[in-house]
Amino acid sequence: MNDKLDFLDGRSGLISLLLLAALILVIFPLGMGVDQLTLTGRFLSFGFVAIGLVLCWGYGGILSLGQGIFFGFGGYCMAMFLKLEASTPEATAIQTTPGIPDFMDWNRLTELPWFWVPFNSLTFTLIAILLLPAAFAYLIGIAMFKRRVSGVYFAIITQALVVIFTILLVAQQGYTGGANGITDLRTLKGWNINSDEALRTLYFITAALLLAVIVIGKWLLHTKFGRILIAMRDREDRVRFSGYDVANFKAFAFCIAGIFSAIGGAMFTLQEGFMSPSLIGIIPSIEFVIFAAVGGRLSMIGAVYGALVIGFARIALAEAYPQLWLFMMGAVFIAVVLFLPYGLAGLYEKYAPRLRALLPGRAAGAAPSTETSEVRS
Amino acid sequence: MSDFTTQELMAIFAMQGFAGLSFFSVLLLMALGLAIIYGQMRVINMAHGEFMVIGAYATYLFSTFIADQMPWMLDYYLILAIPFAFLAAFIVGWIVEFVLIRHLYQRPLDTLLATWGLALIMQQGFRSAFGAREVSVRLPDWLQGSYRPTMMIDIPINGLAIMMLTLAVTLGVAWLLFRSRWGLRVRCTTANREMAGAVGINTRGVDRLTFALGCGIAGVAGAAFTTISSTGPTSGSLYIVDTFLVVVFGGAGSLLGTVASAFTIAQGQSILDFFIGGSMGKVITLLVVVAILMIRPQGLFASKVRR
Repeated sequence: MNDKLDFLDGRSGLISLLLLAALILVIFPLGMGVDQLTLTGRFLSFGFVAIGLVLCWGYGGILSLGQGIFFGFGGYCMAMFLKLEASTPEATAIQTTPGIPDFMDWNRLTELPWFWVPFNSLTFTLIAILLLPAAFAYLIGIAMFKRRVSGVYFAIITQALVVIFTILLVAQQGYTGGANGITDLRTLKGWNINSDEALRTLYFITAALLLAVIVIGKWLLHTKFGRILIAMRDREDRVRFSGYDVANFKAFAFCIAGIFSAIGGAMFTLQEGFMSPSLIGIIPSIEFVIFAAVGGRLSMIGAVYGALVIGFARIALAEAYPQLWLFMMGAVFIAVVLFLPYGLAGLYEKYAPRLRALLPGRAAGAAPSTETSEVRS
Repeated sequence: MSDFTTQELMAIFAMQGFAGLSFFSVLLLMALGLAIIYGQMRVINMAHGEFMVIGAYATYLFSTFIADQMPWMLDYYLILAIPFAFLAAFIVGWIVEFVLIRHLYQRPLDTLLATWGLALIMQQGFRSAFGAREVSVRLPDWLQGSYRPTMMIDIPINGLAIMMLTLAVTLGVAWLLFRSRWGLRVRCTTANREMAGAVGINTRGVDRLTFALGCGIAGVAGAAFTTISSTGPTSGSLYIVDTFLVVVFGGAGSLLGTVASAFTIAQGQSILDFFIGGSMGKVITLLVVVAILMIRPQGLFASKVRR
């Protein structure tokens, strides 16, 4: 393989990526009906957040228990745009104040709040989905990393921020839709997003974006930034003594994770047709970490598998054995932390070369991907 | 605020202050347990709320037992339930440390995640054992009603009793930490683990006892909790974020810091909730705490021990 594609971790990395692409772009769409496909799309949108966590937690050592906030940023921005489009004066003619979303009318608002107005424009919405979470992440990140708040303290503060965010969203129901969130979304620039054909298209868009995000992430890791990120995780003081501004690099990693999560949130809203605070709170935020931990905190492709595996397992088990499900989730989490720190991807890395060596005619010991080998020192 | 006279304002502050007392008491007990564990072992126990719930369910079981077998004791069961709750949480904490925590000492972030998994398991355990609906204890007569020093101030006796309990426990912990041999061992291990081991202190044993003790105090918090609210499988998650913030805000090594920060956070929420309402009191308190933490990450009373 030529040097340009080196950042995909050599041949084995490229094969893993292509396998994932085949799975989500070909096998799933062929084998599943629209409902199941949308469910898969939902898991894929969680995968965006897990990939961001792999970058900032697995490679950067920054555990954030609040990625739900950024998922929410992306989701709510998209939801606001779609809601405004669905609340034209003709469609809302029966309201006391036509032209504003229904929940605002119920809460007796008489005009659109100022921060909703820009979301009439798709361009602004798309830019906001990328920039707002980045700005917020940068502010929080710089404030904390400059003070050298890290590790456990940082994780707890992100949890507190999630709590604050959720309470605000629920309490200010006139402005945000409250506990129900923003629902009843219908069209995107006139295109009905609830039709079967639209759902299939949205699924493909989500899958394609996911693969693009993985490629971007891998490329980032192979730049100097990536090396410094790993160095900061392992030996932060040495990086500082070498003259690098650790706070800025960490904040940047946190921003990237935030942007990825926001993209996931926006795609979730498009596919599911709603966004609510229940997707943002403490528990969903920790679930994102579980996806990354189970899939492999050092493997972006693994993180996607983690989201898919847990998502499907929950569907399969929670209905049949509702009592068992939480036990299993807790046990899986403990087991992964204690015994499988590199998750499923770690298992794969450990046993795949041996399996490959068993195949007749193949040279033993294909080069393992640099993702996990870097860490084992 | 302008349509209250000064006298009414004072009364409101007093009443809200006392209403916040129960919250402050439970929060302080939880935070004490967590602060001891965190100060000693740098372990953040995400399952701490569930240990409180163990204490609460233990109190509930004890009260139903007394009500069935020894109804004449019903008025006094609470006094006896407290050591029972402590013991229940202590034993579970001991087992948990032995089975899970001791493998994770050098990995604080992983402990966070593993204890979250433990919390999930415990919550489901409660649900399977006691049902998903909340259970409550019957309060003895002497705890009901309120004390009215003036016409405008109404202090629930319940709240006063819990405050007394909390004060007793806090003083007990302070005495233990600063006047007993165990406390000496704990302080040594916190200050310099290797030297403590070198002079013959069984640091692992101290860790286990400390963790169990922290959980036991959470159990006492649970017993207190039953007097102010009904208990359900997810009751632990009500206080957990606040408890963490109290510990981090107060400064990890300091008892006084924990008391001060629990007081600030509890009363802040209580008083602001009255004037602003709509949960904004909680939001503002949390925001202020987070902001102060960003400016001063070591908390209010930072430990003077060099690490």
